[in-house]
Amino acid sequence: MAISDGQIFDEPHGIPLRVTLMRAERRHRVKALILVLPLAFFILIFFVLPIARMLVNAVHDDTLLTLLPRTISELRQWDGNGLPDEPVYAALVVDLKQTIDQGTAGVIGKRMNYEIAGVVSKVTSSARKAQELSTGPYKEALIKIDALWARHDVWSLLKRGTSPYTFYYLLRAADYQYGPNSEIVASSPGNAIFQDVWLRTFGISFGVTLATLLLGFPVAYLLATLQPKHANLLLIMVLLPFWTSLLVRTTAWVVLLQRHGAVNEILVASHMISQPAELIYNRFGTLVAMSHIQLPFTLLPIYSVMKTISPSYIRAAQSLGAGPFYAFWKVYFPQTLSGVAAGCLLTFILCLGYYITPALVGGPSDQMVSFFVAHYTNEDLNWGMASALGAILLTATLTLYFVFNKLVGINRIKLG
Amino acid sequence: MSIAANEYTWYRRTTETAVVGESKSVGQMLNADDPLVKLIDIQKTYDGETLVVKDLNLDIAGGEFVTMLGPSGSGKTTSLMMLAGFETPTRGQIILGGRALDNVPPYKRNIGMVFQNYALFPHMTVEENLAFPLKVRKLGKLDIEAKINRALEIVRLGAYGNRRPGQLSGGQQQRVALARALVFEPKLVLMDEPLGALDKQLREHMQLEIKHIHEELGVTVVYVTHDQAEALTMSDRIAVFKDGAIQQLATPVELYEKPQNAFVARFIGESNQMRGKVTAIDGPGCSVEIEGAGDVRALAINVDVGAPTELSLRPERVTLNPMPGSMPNVFSARIEELIYLGDHVRVRLLACGCDNFVIKLNSAEDLTRVEPGAIITIGWKIEDCRALGVER
Ligand SMILES: Nc1ncnc2c1ncn2[C@@H]1O[C@H](COP(=O)(O)OP(=O)(O)OP(=O)(O)O)[C@@H](O)[C@H]1O
Ligand SMILES: [Mg+2]
Repeated sequence: MAISDGQIFDEPHGIPLRVTLMRAERRHRVKALILVLPLAFFILIFFVLPIARMLVNAVHDDTLLTLLPRTISELRQWDGNGLPDEPVYAALVVDLKQTIDQGTAGVIGKRMNYEIAGVVSKVTSSARKAQELSTGPYKEALIKIDALWARHDVWSLLKRGTSPYTFYYLLRAADYQYGPNSEIVASSPGNAIFQDVWLRTFGISFGVTLATLLLGFPVAYLLATLQPKHANLLLIMVLLPFWTSLLVRTTAWVVLLQRHGAVNEILVASHMISQPAELIYNRFGTLVAMSHIQLPFTLLPIYSVMKTISPSYIRAAQSLGAGPFYAFWKVYFPQTLSGVAAGCLLTFILCLGYYITPALVGGPSDQMVSFFVAHYTNEDLNWGMASALGAILLTATLTLYFVFNKLVGINRIKLG
Repeated sequence: MSIAANEYTWYRRTTETAVVGESKSVGQMLNADDPLVKLIDIQKTYDGETLVVKDLNLDIAGGEFVTMLGPSGSGKTTSLMMLAGFETPTRGQIILGGRALDNVPPYKRNIGMVFQNYALFPHMTVEENLAFPLKVRKLGKLDIEAKINRALEIVRLGAYGNRRPGQLSGGQQQRVALARALVFEPKLVLMDEPLGALDKQLREHMQLEIKHIHEELGVTVVYVTHDQAEALTMSDRIAVFKDGAIQQLATPVELYEKPQNAFVARFIGESNQMRGKVTAIDGPGCSVEIEGAGDVRALAINVDVGAPTELSLRPERVTLNPMPGSMPNVFSARIEELIYLGDHVRVRLLACGCDNFVIKLNSAEDLTRVEPGAIITIGWKIEDCRALGVER
């Protein structure tokens, strides 16, 4: 062995030991990389890119910029007071003429309609009528075609189109929007639905989390303290919902809870109530069905933590003079907290994204944020709104995750 | 190990007043020499078929250190758990300080307990762990603080009060567990293999430390182990368990020198076991015929004439090449193997029909003629060889 300046050489070949080691390890690393490559690609293409795209869509909107290029470019010079000058109107007429060829007038109208209601038909008819204009002054001509073009708020809206980025969707998702002078104002009561939706989403998620915790904690305790033979049977029963399709489970609740369903029949037959109760298509049904689905998610992390708590702690506490309840509360329960936090976090985050269950067993006022994401994506084709709602939801989830990580440590989440 | 004398007397005093207070509440005074703990005809079965503990009778005096020693599965833990109240005897009665414990739950027994895995509460600091039994007893803040400090001093962990158990070494955790079992001044402390998880050196160190703490505090200890060296080191008396029954209950010296049956002789220390048949009993002695070797003179402990018996003989009591006529038992033997162990040499012999006959020789002796294959003579005294019957 020759040792010089801290390097150890493999003598016959004179190659530093560290290099040999790296070579030996490189093979392993390459192998490991090849194994994960397909999954990595899959995640990149079907998960990371769509989410990145969604985050961009939440603030990016260049509809006006691309469809009204001349108008927008002229508007850059406008100071935003009163109405713009003749050159802007002239540019708008040229742009509008073009929209007829390209068939984009409707798109422009729809985009403007987001912020100022009832302008779609006015824009499309203006575009049609603008075809006949050949000489100026265009300002008066356009205003004559439709008073829309004499509205200051309309021009403020077009002026905001000079930037391809907009906070409109995010503001809207929090019940704010731009006023006539591009200042931020609260949405009108008719449009202000999202604060309610957010409160409802968090409220239902919290309710479900609490319900699953109250139901799941004793079961987890039972599972952890029962003899293995019985515990396994119970565990299978807990896991059964996992193996059933979500749709099947949800419709099962419909069967059980509907007006003439099993639960109502029993309650009426046993004279507990005289009239069938409304158990479904309302908040109650939503909470029940969601709690049922989420129960294993809350329970399993708690169970896995409980399983690691030796029964000798309770015995030790009792030998030190603590009664059974005191020993449980002071010695056992605190040790389960990391599991409780993990289970609750998991359920809460999953609940935030619920869509099918509230849609099937909830009433109109029980729809959560995901319903609106789906609505904007599938029906309104308003990708901006869908993305903004999604982005806020994602941010909320990540925030929760980080808070949890700081408080408890994410590596303590274990399933099963 | 050092503990101020006045501290010691303080501890004794408070312990004693506690005892008096307790017995008053029961309404009867204790006799000074009544045993603190009485186990009367205890039986225990878990499955209704096999008795895990059979007819256990044991009296433990106040201040005594009694060890339950026995092989795995012999019912030691079960006995201890019945004492602590975590298992109920199927039959029999346990009496602590003159009071029957039949329907007293564990948390009202006032018995300290040290668990094998320590069972320190991981979410509490050392001080909080020690405060736990005191808070349960609703002691005042100052009182609690004083007792914690004293207990930490006794186990020499004064500087570690604010640590979590996870931040302590195994030996330190062990001492915290000990302090926690002592801090509320119980009359009786139970320990179930408390040193099982420690390495050999630390274990030996802690054995002495526990022994000293016991001596200084005068607390009664019931200790469970399956390590006979540990039992011999620490105990006032040892109860040797086998299959749920006590085989012998005696002081360490008596157990080693005078085992009452073959199991105890085998289990405590090392002994050569020869098999033979009793031909005659005369007073304390007897003659045992060993096939192919002849008659051995031994102490008759547990034998009848004509019955087969085991003879137990400690390796270190065997003399190599005794003077002719100096010993009643002289036999020839062939050396099979020598094992050098530093301070002594173990010699495995073929003697008296036993090919695993071991003797120990001082390595300072002249061993030039001791080599495998050599034929030698060995001898021993009557009182070193015990005829113990056969193991049932
Ligand atoms: N909770 C229980 N249920 C059923 N059988 C048990 C239970 N606890 C112990 N046993 C049985 O009782 C017998 C004695 O067990 P115990 O734990 O008292 O032995 P031990 O002497 O402490 O052994 P070790 O030295 O291995 O700790 C064993 O055969 C064991 O299988
Ligand atoms: Mg045991």
